[in-house]
Parts: sequence; C-alpha cells; structure tokens
Amino acid sequence: MTTKERRMKQDMLFRWCCRIVTFMALGVLLVLLSHIFSQGFKWLSWDFINSYPSRFADQAGIKSAVWGSIWVISFTAIFSVPFGVATAFFLEEYSNSNSKFVRLLQINIANLAGMPSIIYGLLGLTLFARGIGLGGSVLTGSLTLSLLILPVIVIASQEAIKAVPNSIRYGAYAMGARKWQVIVGQVLPAALPGIMTGVILSLSRAIGETAPLIIIGALSYVAFTPLGPFDDFTVLPVQIYNWAGRPQEEFHEIASAGIIVLLAVLFTMNLVAIMIRQKFQKYRM
Amino acid sequence: MKSSIVIDNVFKSVLFLCVAMTLLVTATVILILGTESFIFFQKVSIFDFLFGLKWEPLLEPKSFGVLPLVAGTFLVVVGAIALALPAGILIATYLSEFASERSRSFIKPALEILAGIPTVVYGFFALTFITPVIRTVLPQTEVFNALSAAIVVGVMILPMVASLCDDGFRSLPRSLKEGAYGLGATTFEVIRYILIPASGSRIGAAVVLAVSRAVGETMAVTLAAGATPKLTANPLESIQTMTSYIVQVSMGDTPRGGIEYMTCFAVGALLFVMTFAMNFIGNYFINKMKWEQA
Repeated sequence: MTTKERRMKQDMLFRWCCRIVTFMALGVLLVLLSHIFSQGFKWLSWDFINSYPSRFADQAGIKSAVWGSIWVISFTAIFSVPFGVATAFFLEEYSNSNSKFVRLLQINIANLAGMPSIIYGLLGLTLFARGIGLGGSVLTGSLTLSLLILPVIVIASQEAIKAVPNSIRYGAYAMGARKWQVIVGQVLPAALPGIMTGVILSLSRAIGETAPLIIIGALSYVAFTPLGPFDDFTVLPVQIYNWAGRPQEEFHEIASAGIIVLLAVLFTMNLVAIMIRQKFQKYRM
Repeated sequence: MKSSIVIDNVFKSVLFLCVAMTLLVTATVILILGTESFIFFQKVSIFDFLFGLKWEPLLEPKSFGVLPLVAGTFLVVVGAIALALPAGILIATYLSEFASERSRSFIKPALEILAGIPTVVYGFFALTFITPVIRTVLPQTEVFNALSAAIVVGVMILPMVASLCDDGFRSLPRSLKEGAYGLGATTFEVIRYILIPASGSRIGAAVVLAVSRAVGETMAVTLAAGATPKLTANPLESIQTMTSYIVQVSMGDTPRGGIEYMTCFAVGALLFVMTFAMNFIGNYFINKMKWEQA
C-alpha cells in the first residue's frame, strides 16, 4: 500500500468515526425520549395533571408540582429579567471593555454562570430561607433561581446588544438623543428579540432545576397549591426526583409521565424562543 | 434639556447598581461558605477533614475525612471526560469540516435539546435504563454505580464540549486550514496536525470548564451513583459525590446548627473552591483570546 492510499484510508476511517459519534449522540437523545415515553405515556391523563401526589401510584398526580413551578417561575422572571438586562446594558453601552475592572466583572459573570447550582441552593438557604426568614417558600425558591439564571440572562442579552449595528446608535445621536434615549428608544427595541430568546431559554433552565430547591427546603410531598408567595411549595423536577428515588416500578412510570409533562413545557419554550429568533431578529452576530 | 441630562446620570447609576449586584453575589457566597466552614473547622481539624480517609458524619463514631467524597466525584468526572472529550472533538470536526448544510441544520438544534434536558431527567434515565443495560453485560454491577453516572454526565457535558471545541476551531484564521488543504493534507491531518495543536489552549479551557461542570453536577449522580462514601476506583460500585452528600443531608431530618448540618457547608466550600478555580482559569483563557483578537 502506498503512503497515499494509507493516508486516504486513515482519512476515510476518521470521517466515519466523526459521523458515527455524532449520530450516536443523537441516538442517545432518541433512546432517552423513547424510553421515557414508553414508560410514562400510559399514565398521562387529565387526572394525572389535576391530582395531588399520593401514596398510591395510580391516584398520584402533579397538580401541586405544576402550580408550584408556575408560581416559582413567574416570580423568578420578575426578579431576574430586569436586573439581568440592565447589567448587560451597562456592560455593553457604558463601560470600556478594555478596563481591568470591566474584565473582572466579565469573568465574574462567566464564573457565576458556571457555579454549581447546589451552591446557589446553599446561598439561598442561608440568605433567604433563614437570613430574611422566608423559609421554604415560593419567594425563597424564586429568589434563589433568579440569582442562578441572572448570569445566563446577562450573557445572552450582551450578545443581543452587541449585534445591534452602531449606525442605529449614531443615527439617534445625530437626531439629538441623549444616551439613555438612544438605549431605551433604539437599542433596546432592536435587541429585544435576541434578549427575549435568551430570557426564555434561561427560564426554561430554571424550570428544570432541582438541586437548589431541594437544598432550600422545597417539600417533596405537598397536597395543596400555593396561594401566595409566602406559601410552601414543590416543583415538577423535585416531584420527579421523589418518585424516581422510590424502588417500586409504578412510581418510576409516573416519574416518566411527569418527565413527559416537564419536557413538553421545555420544548414548547425552546420552540417559541427559536421562532422569535427566526421571525423578529434582524441583527445577528 | 436639563432634566434629560439628570435622567441620563440616574439611568447610568441604576444600571451600575445592577452590575455591582453580580459582584455582591460572589462576595456573599464566599462570605457565607467561609463563615459556616470556619465554625465547622473549630470543631473538626481542617487537616482531618482534607486528608481523612473515612467519611461517616451521620454515624457514631463520627469521622469527617472528605477524601472518599472527592474520590467518588473524580471517579465520575474522569469517566465523563473520557467519554465527552474525544466525542466532542469528533462532533466539532464533523460540524465544522464536512457536515452538509442540511445535517448541520438538525444536528445543532438536537445538541441544544440534549443540553437543555434537566439533570434530574438524566439521572432518571441513568437509573432506569443505563444501569439495567450495564447489569446485563456485567452482572456484578451494583444497582447504584459510578459508571452509569459517569456515562450520563458525559452525555450531559458533551454538547458544551462540542460547541467550545467548534468555537476553538472557528477562531483560527482560515489561512492556516486552507494552507494545509492546499498542500494536499487530508481532513484527518488538518485536524490532527493543524487545528488541534493551534487551538490547544481553547480546547484546554473547554476541558477545564467541562470538568468544573461535571464536578458540580448533582441530580444525575444523586440518583444514579448512590450514597455510599468510599475510596474505590471500581466504577461498578456504589459511591457518593460531594454534591450528592449535600442533597442527602438536605433531604434528611438533620437538626439545624448541628455538626452534620455544618458539614454541608464545609463540603460546599470545598466544591466552591474547586469549581471557582477551574472556572476562573477556563474563562480567563477563553476571554484572554477574545481580547487579544479584538
């Protein structure tokens, strides 16, 4: 075999490795989804969504978990979005990205985005649950999750703001606008689709979070729906964890049914985010 | 006109306050973990904690050697990286070098979906699917084992590794690659001798960030790897990681302010120091290259 033939063979082999590994990764996704659907689909019913959890698998449902998730995510959005977007605007519009301080801020935000979620749980437990005395309430949960997704919102919003071309800013300045008017009147609307995409994706991350909420004391057995921000709660992933940890097969099956509901919500949010990106985003990096 | 200038300054200050909050979060985490573990280390010597070989804080006689938890964590992390790094590089190569536009358009979203699946779902998948599969091949495997946790954590960090490697390949000047192709190099040779060496520090940073993510991973290892802190290199046995210990204590009825409770913060502090150091190094290198390009 000549050197050339050997090199071509090696290259073919390598290309096939790349293809096979890539499609194996997609295969894992398919196996995961089909495993969960085959286990849980038969348990899905309106009763399952509209019943409280129970000791008996066939009577158990996710009503309290669904309502808990809705409460927590609503408050998380209210807390985290304004702060995250404001931070992104300061970093992109007001700060000099060459200064040491701004670089420190930037690395700090990237570090916060990579901090294990369980550490946010310890933070929320000490600061909100016991420090302010909110206990294991909806408010503690949403404040903790807000801190968790804040850096993600900042980074996504920064990308969206960066993508807005300078001509828009200069045009507004030329009309005599002051800086805040440029930002609020021109840059924010232009960057909004990108920001919204980032916000929806980070909220969908918050919906799936389990560990920090277990740490702050979200209960695993809740037979009521929260009526206000100071009530105790459970969320869908915590309920799934609780069922998945039991040895009985039926509980694994209703855990699968819960996962189907959770994934349906997440995929819908992702789809909406992608649609916003396709339809409204004029400027991209 | 005057009021407009005032609004301008107020607006800037409000935005700055939000930025300051991000620093405050880091400071608060350090303060909380620092004070709580300081109290703990007055009761348990820091030497016993860091180098002790036995972790039995909930049973009498108590012993607080954290090494079994660290070893359990690293067993999972090493397995996960061994799976995710080669696979991530191959996927990045496929996407950046010879995937057709059509396959890219469904592979990228599929990887994003893989990255967006909650970790508790991965844990459930490991426990109810991967472990039974391993047990049919290797019957001596325990119900809770480090291997299935390592596999599932590897799948979980795969999209992140692939996309960071892809960024690394893309950040290189085209001329490098085109030059090698022009000299008649094959794709394999371009990847092996040009792209990987030239983007080495980016790939290194990607690995560091991926390790940090795997170290902090909680729900998948809690569900799949068990709750048996022990020093072992056998991935078929049940182990316990630092994160799953914290969850175990939080699920139980250990009294607040007790020594078991404080161990959570000591373990949390160790976890924070490890991940913070790795994130700092990884992000520093990735950002440094961005600044140099700019």
